[in-house]
Amino acid sequence: MNEMLEITIWQLVTAYIFIVILLAIVRWRKIPREKEIIIATLRMTIQLILVGYVLMFIFENEKMIYSIIVIIIMETFAVYNIYKRTKQTLSRELKKIIAVAMVSGTLFAFLYFDFIVVQFSPWYDPRYFIPIAGMLIGNSMTGITLGVSSLVEGFSSRKKEVEAALMLGAPPNKASQGIVNHAFDSAILPTINSMVGMGIVFLPGMMTGVILSGAGPMDAIKYQIAIMLGITGSVSLSVILFLYFGYKTFFNKHAQLTL
Amino acid sequence: MFSIKQLVFKDILTVNKLEIESGKIYCLFGESGSGKSTLLKMFNSMLTPDQGTITYKDQSIANLDPVQLRREVVMLGQDPVVFDGTVRDNLLIGLQFADEANVEDQVLIDLLKDLHLTKDLDEEADKLSGGEQQRLAFGRVLLMNAEVYLMDEPTSALDEETETAIMDLFTKKIRDEGKTAIMVTHSKEVAEKYSDEIIYMNDIVTKEGALS
Repeated sequence: MNEMLEITIWQLVTAYIFIVILLAIVRWRKIPREKEIIIATLRMTIQLILVGYVLMFIFENEKMIYSIIVIIIMETFAVYNIYKRTKQTLSRELKKIIAVAMVSGTLFAFLYFDFIVVQFSPWYDPRYFIPIAGMLIGNSMTGITLGVSSLVEGFSSRKKEVEAALMLGAPPNKASQGIVNHAFDSAILPTINSMVGMGIVFLPGMMTGVILSGAGPMDAIKYQIAIMLGITGSVSLSVILFLYFGYKTFFNKHAQLTL
Repeated sequence: MFSIKQLVFKDILTVNKLEIESGKIYCLFGESGSGKSTLLKMFNSMLTPDQGTITYKDQSIANLDPVQLRREVVMLGQDPVVFDGTVRDNLLIGLQFADEANVEDQVLIDLLKDLHLTKDLDEEADKLSGGEQQRLAFGRVLLMNAEVYLMDEPTSALDEETETAIMDLFTKKIRDEGKTAIMVTHSKEVAEKYSDEIIYMNDIVTKEGALS
């Protein structure tokens, strides 16, 4: 297989013409977005260059501790991002459950993927460890964010239904079953949809990367199938953990709704 | 059956003493905002008082399993709630919530007739009018095999004729089976006609400082 084509710095600079075109369009249409476009382009460039240096360092100094530090940073960022992206106010207890579900769900799926499915060698090999952990964590983050919104929204909009069920002697899990199932459904739907469109609507980033690096399409596809299954596992595991413990925070010890 | 002593709930309700005997029908009567619904919710632990005790069969409600208690002391809330699904699903859901066995369709059909609801069991429940939904929610509670029935304005959305039919049906069931009922109503006629005892909120509610 061919080695990947190298892009020279000058070739890369020519790609910025697309941003120039975009800037011209917004100026012409008098859409006040120039500042944001320039900032976004600069941030993208600087962030990626920095990550490039960090990854270069980690790849050259293959050490377990670096891979572990990276995954801790990713998990922390993901949990923080869920808190930030949820519009509703979250109770302290619910925040704790989000963090625990996020970390334990993704870690379990990732370790299974690492030790059983792909069997990285060594297990912390940053070339595999970092991108794959990133994909599992990123997708679980989106899943839990959707699950949190749906759960909180469900309890506030269907409060009367839950109370009516409690009045008839339903335990909290039965009284909130509809809300929890709906939250699970909306959290995993994007993952299921992306499996449906896979390969036809788009070639996912992971596969594109593997192909560009010179591997054959079939190898790339095997990786992509494995990672899609891993993502599905990671999302469903972290979301169900979150919901299983999360719904309980809406009830007190007297099985009363605390909203 | 129930005994309330020196109950305080926020600044909404203060009750010095109240006794509820089994096998009777009670009406809680009072103006809106007098705490009727709040008091009703105390009997099956939907609300917990901040101070004071409330006992059921000589045991403090605070120490009872709230879910088990609510299966013995069922409640129909003020706003009728319709769950997703058909009329049949809506009637049976209470039994499912309480882990009780389902009943035959014929029982449900007879019940609909008693409730003056000319609806098919397979009809979607959310298509029903407000008054029909109230009767459906009423029917759901009647199917439950409870000891005590707490009903919060169960006929508020019904015309007089339907109200009479439903209340006749309900009070007959309570008396035939020797059960207990506590109803909230703001209709003095309903209270006088159907209850063994009227509890006037004005008489039982006191100022917090006057608890003895």
